[in-house]
Amino acid sequence: MNEDTQTLATAVLKQVRKVMDPELPFLNIEEMGMLRDVIIEDEHCVVIITPTYSGCPATDVISEDCLAVAKAIDPRAEVRIAMSPAWTTDWISDKTRVKMAAHGIAPPVGQSHDRAFLTGDNRIIPCPTCKSTETKLISAFGSTACKASFTCVSCLEPFEHFKCI
Amino acid sequence: MLSQRLGEWCGHAPILEEDIALTNIALDLIGQTQSYLSLAGNHLDKSQTDDELAFHRDASEFQNLLLLEQPNGHFGDTIARQFLFDVYSLLKAQHLADQTVNADIAAVAAKAIKEIRYHSDHSSKWIIRLGDGTSESHNRIQQSINDLWKFTDEMFMCDDSDNAGIEIGLLPDYASLKTVWFSRIKDTLKEAGLTIPENVVMQTGGRKGQHTEHLSIMLKEMQVLPRLHPGAIW
Repeated sequence: MNEDTQTLATAVLKQVRKVMDPELPFLNIEEMGMLRDVIIEDEHCVVIITPTYSGCPATDVISEDCLAVAKAIDPRAEVRIAMSPAWTTDWISDKTRVKMAAHGIAPPVGQSHDRAFLTGDNRIIPCPTCKSTETKLISAFGSTACKASFTCVSCLEPFEHFKCI
Repeated sequence: MLSQRLGEWCGHAPILEEDIALTNIALDLIGQTQSYLSLAGNHLDKSQTDDELAFHRDASEFQNLLLLEQPNGHFGDTIARQFLFDVYSLLKAQHLADQTVNADIAAVAAKAIKEIRYHSDHSSKWIIRLGDGTSESHNRIQQSINDLWKFTDEMFMCDDSDNAGIEIGLLPDYASLKTVWFSRIKDTLKEAGLTIPENVVMQTGGRKGQHTEHLSIMLKEMQVLPRLHPGAIW
């Protein structure tokens, strides 16, 4: 890789970082851990992204958005979907988790490789509104593939929890 | 197939949470199938896309399990079908993720496992809830299991291509897969106070394109748009 292509990759990275997740519009794809890398192949940029869930419809929108901003800098740029390693909530940083909670979504708790975290069983998911730890799982499925539905026993507010996978 | 069936529940499930759950599961299954069909399409002599494979094949060209094309019936029927399949699907995906013959398939399977665990957890809990619920729910879910049991043997049938896959280690050994599947199904049914049906005459044929009459009716609805307007996009 020569200096020019390296500069190109850095410029593309700077822009694709700003692409937002359409289903969590306050988070960008880097904060979501979906943006894996921008590499140079045959002297053009390849943006590598990893989908959160196999069937997540946001993946298509995100690919198109990434391609549009990348092409504005490098007309030959392409977007590649990488399935491996599979996306995990471990790639969501602590800072992002705080941001999620501030927007009313209970962030994933702990690390994904703990089997018990999968369904939220026996885990304390604090209410993002009143911070109460008295909450209960309503359904392991929510408004999007990545979220489960909870309700707070203390303030009775329903809320969503970002599942650990 | 199962995804299409689950999608039929959209707006019709007994409670809102289940409406969301069943369609979420459908979405995961579509994603997984798309990934697998894309890989399959690339390997065919005449390169075909996942959409071509899904929307431009007739019933006799589909090799899906008969279990998955069965109508939704009532909620218990849907849960029973899901439960029998989820346990199998998870075991199979675990093997596909671990095998080292094809890295692309392993990557798709590793992703799928995370999703199927949720599905399996969901359907198993419902089996227990319904089996251990009222006498009405108990009797109905037992009947659902009884009705669908005849389609379970097909999951473990080997044709030449299966045998070729097993030989190279791509596919799991179906006999041991069946043993593990059976014991997991048995454990959950036991916890639910339900029993495994006995002396059932098994029905197979899906792998050879011999389907129940339900498939062509379902495909008619699923494929109508791409067939009327080939290449349509939105």
